[in-house]
Amino acid sequence: MLLGPALTVSGVLFALGVLGVLLRRNAIVIFMCVELMLNAANLAFVAFAQQLGVAGQIFVFFVMAVAAAEAAVGLAIILAVYRHRHTVDLQNINLLKG
Amino acid sequence: MIPLPPLPLALLWVVPALPLAGFVVNGALALAAPRAKRAVSITGVGALVLAFAAAALAVVELAQLHPSAPLVFRYWEWLPVGDLQVALALQLDQLSAVMILVVTGVGALIHVFSVGYMHDDPGYARYFAYLNLFVFFMLTLVLGASFPVMFVGWEGVGLCSYLLIGFWFTEKINADAGKKAFIVNRIGDFGFLVAMLLIFRHTGSLDFGVVFPKASAAFAVGGPVVTAITLFLFLGCTGKSAQIPLYIWLPDAMQGPTPVSALIHAATMVTAGVYLVARCGALFALSPVASATVAGVGALTALFAATIALKQWDIKRVLAYSTVSQLGYMFLGVGTGAYAAGIFHLTTHAFFKALLFLGSGSVIHAMHRAYHATHAHEDAQDMRNMGGLARYMPWTAALMWIATLAIAGIPPLAGFFSKDEILGAAFARGAVRPAWYVFWGMGLAAALLTAFYMTRLMLYTFHGPNRTGDREREQLHEAPPVMTGPLVALGALTVLGGALNIPPLFGGGARLEHWLAPVTDAAFTPAPDASPATEWVLVVSAVLVAAVGMVGAFRLLKPEALAPARLAPPERGLGRLLWKKWYVDELYDAIVVRPVLWLSREVLWKIVDMRLVDGLLVNGTAAASRALGWVGSRLQTGEVGVYVVLFVVGVLAVLGAVVR
Amino acid sequence: MDGTRILFDGFALLAMGSAGLCITRRNPVASALWLVVTLFALAALFVLLDAQFIAVLQVLVYAGAIMVLFLFVIMLLNLGRAAPTDLKGPLGLGVGVLLAGLLLVQLLVLRQAGPATGGAARATVEQGIIPTVARPLFTAYLVPFEITSLLLLAAIVGAVVLAKRKL
Repeated sequence: MLLGPALTVSGVLFALGVLGVLLRRNAIVIFMCVELMLNAANLAFVAFAQQLGVAGQIFVFFVMAVAAAEAAVGLAIILAVYRHRHTVDLQNINLLKG
Repeated sequence: MIPLPPLPLALLWVVPALPLAGFVVNGALALAAPRAKRAVSITGVGALVLAFAAAALAVVELAQLHPSAPLVFRYWEWLPVGDLQVALALQLDQLSAVMILVVTGVGALIHVFSVGYMHDDPGYARYFAYLNLFVFFMLTLVLGASFPVMFVGWEGVGLCSYLLIGFWFTEKINADAGKKAFIVNRIGDFGFLVAMLLIFRHTGSLDFGVVFPKASAAFAVGGPVVTAITLFLFLGCTGKSAQIPLYIWLPDAMQGPTPVSALIHAATMVTAGVYLVARCGALFALSPVASATVAGVGALTALFAATIALKQWDIKRVLAYSTVSQLGYMFLGVGTGAYAAGIFHLTTHAFFKALLFLGSGSVIHAMHRAYHATHAHEDAQDMRNMGGLARYMPWTAALMWIATLAIAGIPPLAGFFSKDEILGAAFARGAVRPAWYVFWGMGLAAALLTAFYMTRLMLYTFHGPNRTGDREREQLHEAPPVMTGPLVALGALTVLGGALNIPPLFGGGARLEHWLAPVTDAAFTPAPDASPATEWVLVVSAVLVAAVGMVGAFRLLKPEALAPARLAPPERGLGRLLWKKWYVDELYDAIVVRPVLWLSREVLWKIVDMRLVDGLLVNGTAAASRALGWVGSRLQTGEVGVYVVLFVVGVLAVLGAVVR
Repeated sequence: MDGTRILFDGFALLAMGSAGLCITRRNPVASALWLVVTLFALAALFVLLDAQFIAVLQVLVYAGAIMVLFLFVIMLLNLGRAAPTDLKGPLGLGVGVLLAGLLLVQLLVLRQAGPATGGAARATVEQGIIPTVARPLFTAYLVPFEITSLLLLAAIVGAVVLAKRKL
């Protein structure tokens, strides 16, 4: 029975991803931390799938597709931002200031 | 079960539909081709003539059937709401038959007259569109088979009255007169509405065919409910038919074109109140208080308006107050329970008052053209600027004399019979209820004044020296045949109209009374018949009074001494009081208009609207939104890091809620 | 403690450790590479959890394609050296650790409250073989699967539009 340990690992990885998002200022690294969180969720899905049926794995499949699309668009956005501001440091990007 | 009516009756809807079609066509012409006067005339007059023909056919059919109950034609369901079932239905009975003949007949003559009178007006098409629309609504009013349908017509004629009084709306005084008429009528309409709601509350229906047969079972005689209903209905009548205390709009309504005054403000619309009381006779019969109120207000109005008419100089205003006064007679009649007499006077009055108005229109038309030709800016309606017009307008003068004799009550003209019948009925009622002796006395006094002021009008207008002006005098001419034609027709009706209902006293058959019997019998409260001797005394006294009025006017008034309007000295004493119309307008202004204006300006506008609505609600909302937005904008730092922190805090909160 | 469990714990520690390194390395390239290690370790965990097909996809799509894309962008933008300001200051560190710690606690609490699990599913499904994933994917989940293709198409178009200098 690996469900319990897998969920613990999933939780730790997710918290690490959040920590990374909170700590880092480089947009690309933050992005990678988001991917880390997605993977933590995937791990939980797979762990549950072992017990409750294959639907969890199929959901992971969709998560991966979404992650791929997100990576493509997200990185394109970062490229576009970099082209305008010559930085990917999020502290210097505050055009949405109210 | 009433057998299926023959063809012309089934086509009853055509009667109101024709003027409506005329309105649509003329309205379209007014917008698209306002100069197509020939098409407008053919449409406008044609619609009325055809409507009169259709109405006549329907009435002929009705006369052959002579049913004891109204013929009701339901066309479609209009307001099927729970217990309230209102159909768009028309009904024809002996009473509405008289009314549609008067409306379409007199209406057609006045339309013809208008062709000449309004010929040079730029709003010609618009005028005929309104006039057709008015006739449509008036026919809806008299043909409606239920209170709501009647109310549609009631409101519709009010609207057309407003539109036509303010027809020359570019001058403020005309627009104001229109507004005054409309607003005063609203007060009356409120009464009508309340009465309708009360009727529905207590009988569960608004159809005439249900309410009236039920009335005697649903209401106790003299009970508070039926008294309230009838008094509220009568409030509606005082608005529409210009009785005390709501008569004030009618004299101002003379700002409209003169044929409009003849059609709407003399012959038809203002008689709607009389029609309403006659229609609801079954209700009024149950309330002695309301009947006495109707008769009393009618008698008082007849006398009061007649006094004002004594000192007016505007020819149309004299006629306006005369109309108010004559309407008072009609209410005296229907309030007495003599519905046939009231409707009879309504009919004859439609003839001779329309004739008087159209005659005055002919005079004004001539005066206006004369002043227009010389570019003088004098009042074309002031009798002090007239005088001696009989020399220039013999037809008009002769016909107006006929109408004057009729309204004064000189036999054997129409007005004599109808007025005499009302006074006779009132006197007879006095034997049961002495108050009616007072009403009769007031009516008789009003008859004296009527004879006096009408003779005064004729003397100052058509006799004595001419005061129009030397250059203008050459421009005075008789009106064209298209205008004198209707005058002649109305003159004939004025002479012969009395034959409709010659009382048995003079060997007549009282035909109108018998004709109306199916409608009025239900409501009729028989008065003790006066002996023939008493009746003869009454008749002779009425004629004597009229004769005294006329002779007195001839003896007392000196047309030779009159000065033109711009040179006339101010009035003094009682004359000034009458000339100023007993200062009633000023009184209403002080006790109603000014307080309402003050309330509107100082409280509703400056406090409620400016402070409460604008200040607190509108600006307050804006300020609150702005403050909230300012707080929100502080949160929008543009720093993604801050957003992430807030986001995670939110996630924690949600998770916390789930975990717990 | 059986061999599977030992392997699982080992890969789990590897995944967590490399994830920790990933979020603390100042050099983005180093971060990316540590993330790749995490992903590989997760792939191994997937195998241990009887999800071989997903494990292969993890290696191919995540470690192979997506992370290469990340590295490619990092190098394209010439960010391949440590930036002194890449980590936030002590305040940011404190807030971050606090929030992430709270989140971890909550997740672990949530884990305790997780549903009671049974071994029934395991017996009915032939685990890890491609058809067991593929059959539901092309029957019950066919419509979402097809919609995924639209999503990817939209992503392609969006990426081209965003990254192109001028259209």
